[in-house]
Amino acid sequence: MKKGKVILEQERFVLTIDRLCHQLIEDYDDFSDACLIGIQLGGVLMANRIQQRLMDILGIKDILYGKLDITFYRDDFRTRTTPLKANTTEIDFLVEDKNVILVDDVLYTGRSVQAALTALQHYGRPKKVRLMTMVDRRFNRHLPIFSDYTGIRIDALDEAYVKVEWAEEGATDSILLFAEKK
Amino acid sequence: MSASQLSTKHLLGIKYITKEDIQLIFETADNFKEVINRPIKKVPSLRDVTIANLFFENSTRTRISFELAEKRLSADVVNFSASSSSVKKGETLLDTVNNILSMKVDMVVMRHPAPGAPAFLAQHIDANIINAGDGTHEHPTQALLDAFSMREQLGDLKGKNIAIFGDILHSRVALSNIFCLKKLGANVKVCGPPTLIPKYIKDLGVEVSYNVKETLQWCDVANVLRIQLERQDIKYIPSIREYTQYFGINKALVDSLNKKIIIMHPGPINRGVELSGDVADSEHSIILKQVENGVAVRMAILFLLAGKR
Repeated sequence: MKKGKVILEQERFVLTIDRLCHQLIEDYDDFSDACLIGIQLGGVLMANRIQQRLMDILGIKDILYGKLDITFYRDDFRTRTTPLKANTTEIDFLVEDKNVILVDDVLYTGRSVQAALTALQHYGRPKKVRLMTMVDRRFNRHLPIFSDYTGIRIDALDEAYVKVEWAEEGATDSILLFAEKK
Repeated sequence: MSASQLSTKHLLGIKYITKEDIQLIFETADNFKEVINRPIKKVPSLRDVTIANLFFENSTRTRISFELAEKRLSADVVNFSASSSSVKKGETLLDTVNNILSMKVDMVVMRHPAPGAPAFLAQHIDANIINAGDGTHEHPTQALLDAFSMREQLGDLKGKNIAIFGDILHSRVALSNIFCLKKLGANVKVCGPPTLIPKYIKDLGVEVSYNVKETLQWCDVANVLRIQLERQDIKYIPSIREYTQYFGINKALVDSLNKKIIIMHPGPINRGVELSGDVADSEHSIILKQVENGVAVRMAILFLLAGKR
């Protein structure tokens, strides 16, 4: 892949994560009836980071955290040319009557989030579902979906590719923009 | 290392698929096992797919398992059983299937008494074909769910000792199991009366034993097969009672081994013949887990084949 253009990295990236955490604390206090659910794959990395940061800031040991895989809920399964491989779903608590914060790294067409909402319904009926994304590509949406907590808004052409990289994976914390997905 | 998609567009037999295919099916089945343990056990992946279950031979277990797997993937299901059909009026296999396919059916799950029938079909029609048992040839989905169940208990099957007991000669389950376990690197031994063990089975890389106790002592897993009375036109054994005396697995035998052993059976069990009731219900037995895993493994196979363009 060609080297992408850096939109945000390192200190400003960490600052954005902090701001998102504080926005969550403003709405959910000590997270006693809220939970984070990350959408595989990128959303899980982000949800992980958010959970760790929240636990640091609040000084609590445990915030409910789950991973949701949407491979079986995708609407393009039979029309794709490339194969699909599923990741794990691990939600070992009840979402019934909880405030769910769905987390994904990039909000692009909105189809992943739609699949995630359908998948989530199969686990129960949450009290409220809010969406948190690191990147909102606001002009590329195919569905009427918006994010409640946004890291940064990026305006890009349809064929452009936005990637979020995480320190946990051995890269530098950064948001990169590529002219096309290669 | 698993592939990202299957190397074949049909599942006709274990001998036609690769080790990577098997690993991919296992990994996908792990995900589906999670799905079938949720409050709502459905995923919408195959909602635009129609699947025909063509069972030209009797089956309850396999048919229900496939039907559940298909429904949990939100596919539309059409059932066909030979006893109540045009086959009795003399329609050929190809005609029967082509008629059904003209109604835009995407996949066919077939059980047929003639070995090679699914392979024959695969040469003539476009739909994905899954062999649910063809005579005394193969029963690939059973072997995959058996191996999946063993892997769940033992981890990597490489180097593990697996024994298959019973009527090996007439058993498609035995043959598919042998192919699958050899591909995964396990050591396989078959044990039964000499009349029920095929002459050249050692060519497949398996050992042969006629001693049940020794074989039980050797193996980590005992996969016990049913004595197939409906396939025996000549007398291979003097009587069922004699089979039970020499080859039946009972509690005294299992307890005398003084070691951990896993007991499996594809079903239906002839209680008191190849397996005594108390062993089938004991803590060694994973027979009911096999059934649960069967749905997950079949969902994985249907999902992977449907996604193959």
